Amino acid sequence: SKLSSVFSLSLSLYPVIELNHHVISVVPESGLLIILGFILGGIVWGADKAQTFKLLPPTFFYYLLPQIILDASYFMPNKLFFSNLGSILIYAIFGTCWNAATVGLSLWGCYEAGVMGNLDIGLLQFLLFGSLIAAVDPVAVIAVFEEVHVNEVLFILVFGESLLNDGVTVVLYNVFDAFVALGGPRIDAEEIFKGIFSFVVVAFGGSFLGVVFAVLLSLLTRCTKHIQIIEAGFVFVVGYLAYLTADMLSLSAILSVTFCGICCQKYVNANMDEKSVTTVRHAMKVLANGSETMIFVFLGITAIDTEIWVWNTGFILLTLLFVFIYRIIGVFLLTWMLNKFRLVPIEVIDQVVMSYGGLRGAVAYGLAAMLDKDKIPEKNLIISTTLIVVYFTVILQGITMKPLVQWLKVKRAAHADLKLIEKLNNRAFDHILSAVEDICGRIGDNWWTRGWNRFEENYISWLLMKPKARKNRDYLFSIFHKLNLEDAVNYVSEGERQGSLAFIRSDEVANVDFKKQFGSEFTDVMPDIMVDMSNYELGIENFSVTSIVKDTIPSVSLDIHGKDRKNVADDINAHHLLQQHLYRSRKNHRHKFSRSHFSINQSEDEVQEIFQRTMRSRLESFKSAKMGVNPAKKITKHHKKDLTHKMANGHPDGTDHLYGDEEVEGLSMFLSCLIEAGIENPVFLPAMDSPTHSSLPWLMETDAVAPSQRAQWRLLWTPNRLRRLAPMRVSTCSTDSFLMADLEEHEEKPQTDHEEEM
Amino acid sequence: MGSTNSTLLKIPNVEVLMQETGLKLVAEENCLNVSPAHIIRLHDRFKALDKEGRGHLCPHDFGAIKELAMNPIGDRIIGAFFSPGKETVDFHTFVKILAHFRPVDKDRPKEPNSPEPINSRSNKLKFAFQLYDQDKDGKISRDELLQVLRAMLGMQVTDEQLESIADRTIQEADLDRDDTISFEEFRKSLEKINIDHKMSIRFLR
Repeated sequence: SKLSSVFSLSLSLYPVIELNHHVISVVPESGLLIILGFILGGIVWGADKAQTFKLLPPTFFYYLLPQIILDASYFMPNKLFFSNLGSILIYAIFGTCWNAATVGLSLWGCYEAGVMGNLDIGLLQFLLFGSLIAAVDPVAVIAVFEEVHVNEVLFILVFGESLLNDGVTVVLYNVFDAFVALGGPRIDAEEIFKGIFSFVVVAFGGSFLGVVFAVLLSLLTRCTKHIQIIEAGFVFVVGYLAYLTADMLSLSAILSVTFCGICCQKYVNANMDEKSVTTVRHAMKVLANGSETMIFVFLGITAIDTEIWVWNTGFILLTLLFVFIYRIIGVFLLTWMLNKFRLVPIEVIDQVVMSYGGLRGAVAYGLAAMLDKDKIPEKNLIISTTLIVVYFTVILQGITMKPLVQWLKVKRAAHADLKLIEKLNNRAFDHILSAVEDICGRIGDNWWTRGWNRFEENYISWLLMKPKARKNRDYLFSIFHKLNLEDAVNYVSEGERQGSLAFIRSDEVANVDFKKQFGSEFTDVMPDIMVDMSNYELGIENFSVTSIVKDTIPSVSLDIHGKDRKNVADDINAHHLLQQHLYRSRKNHRHKFSRSHFSINQSEDEVQEIFQRTMRSRLESFKSAKMGVNPAKKITKHHKKDLTHKMANGHPDGTDHLYGDEEVEGLSMFLSCLIEAGIENPVFLPAMDSPTHSSLPWLMETDAVAPSQRAQWRLLWTPNRLRRLAPMRVSTCSTDSFLMADLEEHEEKPQTDHEEEM
Repeated sequence: MGSTNSTLLKIPNVEVLMQETGLKLVAEENCLNVSPAHIIRLHDRFKALDKEGRGHLCPHDFGAIKELAMNPIGDRIIGAFFSPGKETVDFHTFVKILAHFRPVDKDRPKEPNSPEPINSRSNKLKFAFQLYDQDKDGKISRDELLQVLRAMLGMQVTDEQLESIADRTIQEADLDRDDTISFEEFRKSLEKINIDHKMSIRFLR
């Protein structure tokens, strides 16, 4: 009744706020929600003269928090996380302990100095307070960093820290809670040792439990072939189960869910049906967004309650000060130590953002509300202070975070009006840099990662992934590669047997039919591009009309002002064109972590286009090198033409040599690329009768390939929408194909024989 | 550091390599022995790319890096690794080329007689220049510029627009009016750009 009315009111106000993007870009969503909570709290209090809506800790910890953590961990970029795990752990463990100790001790020191007046509080209680206010909150971090796009390493450090520090927080909280219950004098070395030991148990136990549930979940999804309709539900059920089980065993529940999500991602996505994967993603986002909204609104509502507010200027202000300062000191200290060991040092600016991004949130409030009033008489003071700290960090620091980041960045990059050549080169450098990074292999191919990858491939995936999904991973491409290699050798020897001109003289056209491969989504972007082979030989000269027109424009014009005007207009035009059409570099495509969007690559069309152009140009240069014809020489003059011959133009002599002598490798390379581009060259097709042709399974639009391909390859290298990799490998000798082997298991034998021949 | 030293020794000519590229073996003031790790890391990467274990890379190996196909000038950059006429890249060359992308050593003492380090601003610019200047005549002709523009711009841009952009670009940079961009003109036109930042990979420090 009341509950539902309040919620419907708040949820209806929510889109109103969302519509006002201008507001959102200044005040982070979480801040607005808290303010909304104030308003609602005011309404309820006005109606009831008492706050009947409170955020009760059980509600928060059991109904609102788990799905946020599950969502965060399910979409966690694993590679990034694990490569920075060392740093994250240092921040989480030592950073949190440092914060707790310093804040608690400083406050106690100030209390002893008499700044806070008379309070019924002792050292242990200060330490308890320190431990609950020390933890950086994942919910708040997600909410604020949503608006501020920082680089991925920085994000993962803060975010990872906020997730993993729960282990420490829970332990510290429980330990000090127990100490407070015991009373001061009974604390001795044994108790302290127990405390440290309990940290180990809680943290590692929680993580281990999470991993166990991840394995369970993966095994479940492996067996759900016949109940695909409900397999999405398993993710949520098992995730929640992980949380509850850990909590029941007094282990760290957040760590449990975190590791469950992190470890199960890959296998669940590979095993489940495509539709289930999509369902899970969307449902996860809905639940997480909803919970987050509710949490912040509740945080606001809880404020409007005269009962809980106890104001002690000294306590509150000093807490704010210490929390802020010790965070900065802690981050800089730890980073200084870490930078000695990291391959990529963390820069000063990142450290500033990291310290400023140490936001406290609902977890701190929840822990404060769970305090026992009997043992801790100043509970209300603690709650009030916690709330104020939360509001300060979320609202104030949230609002100023973005301007701060922009101000810091602006100091490094000059935004003066750039000339065309500067713009062009800027972009070129971006491309160069991402290419070199890709060549270097950003994550690193050291022994550890390779060893782990091998172990994982052979044993873990065997256990947890569906056989079909496993097969379709990289096996797909390596086997294609081998089979295409053989085809390529056959092709070349065939071509040479018939005389090398046989290839050129063919009047057939090589149809690069992108439409067929990639569906109608790309028709508007990707016209049918036909490479007319006969042109190379005959040297047909095609002029476009515009080239003729352009040549007739006199170079000297008597209309001086007209020329100037034209120049200015051209100038603006040129800048505009560059702005609009320069391909974005992959650096800009990097993970933009967002609560609401989870597609990683926004401009798939552009990537698609680049990929296909690169493949075509490789094809061109290879063909020209192989067949002894150099179309580049002939066509350089005719660059004022339609787009189709652009690629031929692109490779002057230098790069032609590139693919010259490595006959087999070069062929296989471009053939494997052709495979993805879906090129149908009649020269490739054997003389087969049409009935056989159509009965070949890979030419039919069936779901022969495991449908969760797309889910598997969310990453850039293959276009997302590639529903099926049409294996254009048409063998002249047999009808065995990779896919056929897939369909009928007993036919694997011919395929393995084939492989053995290699 | 014993294990790293033994791994390092397996790489041929490693001292010469380190001296030429500036990836130092000796500990500097502020950082512990970080750099040997880089060479080892690059060596691991080299071995991983060299799938057939031949000890050198060919264009096909680079072509196998899937992300490079997504880069409009990826193939040109691959080409930069191969000296004209050579079709393989050994580890030595691999590291030398990548060393261009080390961040500039700001506190390097200026020794008058030593050759300029490979990652100096000037050498970085030379690397970029060579990507444009495919025929290696020391100048970027209009055609070469057109090719680069064509590669970097979307298919929606028509040829006339392309030519207009190329013309204006040359106009902006070409000081001696010979309708080509020489290296000096190139360098001058990019004075304002922070090359050190844009062409450096942090983990090659």
